Amino acid sequence: MNVTRGFTGRPRVHNAGLPPGQYDAGDDWPVLSAEVTPDLTPADWNLRIDGLVAEPRTWDWEQAHALPASAYEGDIHCVTSWSKFGVRFGGVSLDTFLDAVRPDPSATHAVAYAHTGYSANLPLADLTGGRAWIVWDYDGLPLPAEHGGPARLIVPHLYFWKSTKWIAGIRVLDHDEPGFWERNGYHARGNPWEEQRYSGD
Amino acid sequence: MTETTTFVPPSRFAVPGRIAVDTQTATTWQTATLTEIRRETPNAATFRFAVPAWAGHLPGQHLMLRLTAGDGYVAQRHYSIASSPDDSGHIELTLDHVDGGEVSGWFHTVARPGDSVEVRGPLSGFFAWPGDRAALLVGAGSGVVPLMSMLRHHRARSLDVPLRLLVSARSPEELIYAREYGAETTTVFTRAAPDGVPVGRMTAAHVEPLMAEAPPGGWEAYICGSNAFAEHASRLLVTAGQPVDRIRIERFG
Ligand SMILES: Cc1cc2nc3c(=O)[nH]c(=O)nc-3n(C[C@H](O)[C@H](O)[C@H](O)COP(=O)(O)OP(=O)(O)OC[C@H]3O[C@@H](n4cnc5c(N)ncnc54)[C@H](O)[C@@H]3O)c2cc1C
Repeated sequence: MNVTRGFTGRPRVHNAGLPPGQYDAGDDWPVLSAEVTPDLTPADWNLRIDGLVAEPRTWDWEQAHALPASAYEGDIHCVTSWSKFGVRFGGVSLDTFLDAVRPDPSATHAVAYAHTGYSANLPLADLTGGRAWIVWDYDGLPLPAEHGGPARLIVPHLYFWKSTKWIAGIRVLDHDEPGFWERNGYHARGNPWEEQRYSGD
Repeated sequence: MTETTTFVPPSRFAVPGRIAVDTQTATTWQTATLTEIRRETPNAATFRFAVPAWAGHLPGQHLMLRLTAGDGYVAQRHYSIASSPDDSGHIELTLDHVDGGEVSGWFHTVARPGDSVEVRGPLSGFFAWPGDRAALLVGAGSGVVPLMSMLRHHRARSLDVPLRLLVSARSPEELIYAREYGAETTTVFTRAAPDGVPVGRMTAAHVEPLMAEAPPGGWEAYICGSNAFAEHASRLLVTAGQPVDRIRIERFG
């Protein structure tokens, strides 16, 4: 251990909900996108799910909103080390979208991509079973543009860069294909509890 | 029936070419020994470190720094690298003193030459400028740090690709690296300015002349600062005609 002379750190309160290396951002919600926030309106937005599926489909804003509503209430964790407790997102479970397109049994992974061109890879198992959502409300209000509005993916059990902002589509694959952040040094999976921040972690 | 043809999203942001980050170097912690502290402004200082095995970096990249307490507690933060890549075996960071800041507080009140900390990196291949394309750099506060690495690289290598820097600070006293700017730099002061210089935030009037000066092929734009600044500056650039897919943003939070 390389103790830093004179460094004691901040007084610590034990918080079982906090993954290693994270701090509670409280009311703050830092913005960490590398691109210009797009001027994307609900009328411009749509979601495409294709790849290794029986019936590729595109939903527009109204069609997506006609699906059964589902909410996530819980915590989120960003790789830059803040966590946010008890957030509420409203939208539709990703299972609902995936059930409609019927992934092939050989499918194992997916790439989520944004209307801005960004992408993140995910094992399919992280996107199914009630663990991922397409959301457009935050705390009962429309999701702000800088946080991915009008709609983003959320996969709250992984670091938040996997929760692609301005979600445009999900391509189902039978292999893993690194997305933008993963090609730029971030971990392929990003489990906050195992501190999978950078590739090689 | 399965569909495997690739669907191209209607993207307005093309992913810029990857600049390789070596996984091995990016995950290994190295000891960095503080050799010098230089005050930049009342609130910011530059910390120079000897890192003998530093693999080098591209201007604009950042690193992860960690401090360890006696009880094993660690605090990790990202810091942009201020020095040019040619400063071999040494790197420099410039830190703002954040109120109540755990890591910046230690640097500004405890650290002295001879102390060591740990670093890993360089990280991020996105906000990096190898010196290959005309660069328009826009920063505010400590957001100028990675841009200074680019400017220093440009000078150290006598690069002839055009480079312009637009930098915003609250006042001349708070302008980091004030003595180092030359003809390539335009300053904007938001709270207090020298006599005859207007006070106020960055506007289209600052951006338009730089856009008008764009070389054939245009600028590669790099914006760094707080999120509020990044939102404001990126809108100004887009409005002035800079393509969104040629703007890279680093937000310090
Ligand atoms: C890519 C990148 C590059 C950066 N480059 C630079 C740079 O070149 N120069 C620079 O000065 N900064 C830079 N930063 C910011 C830097 O990483 C730190 O955020 C900054 O130095 C503050 O850290 P700190 O430990 O001093 O403050 P912190 O202790 O982290 O405090 C900062 C804020 O976070 C809150 N906070 C953090 N941890 C806790 C906690 N455990 N409990 C309660 N509240 C907490 C505090 O309330 C405070 O408002 C960069 C950030 C990024 C993402």
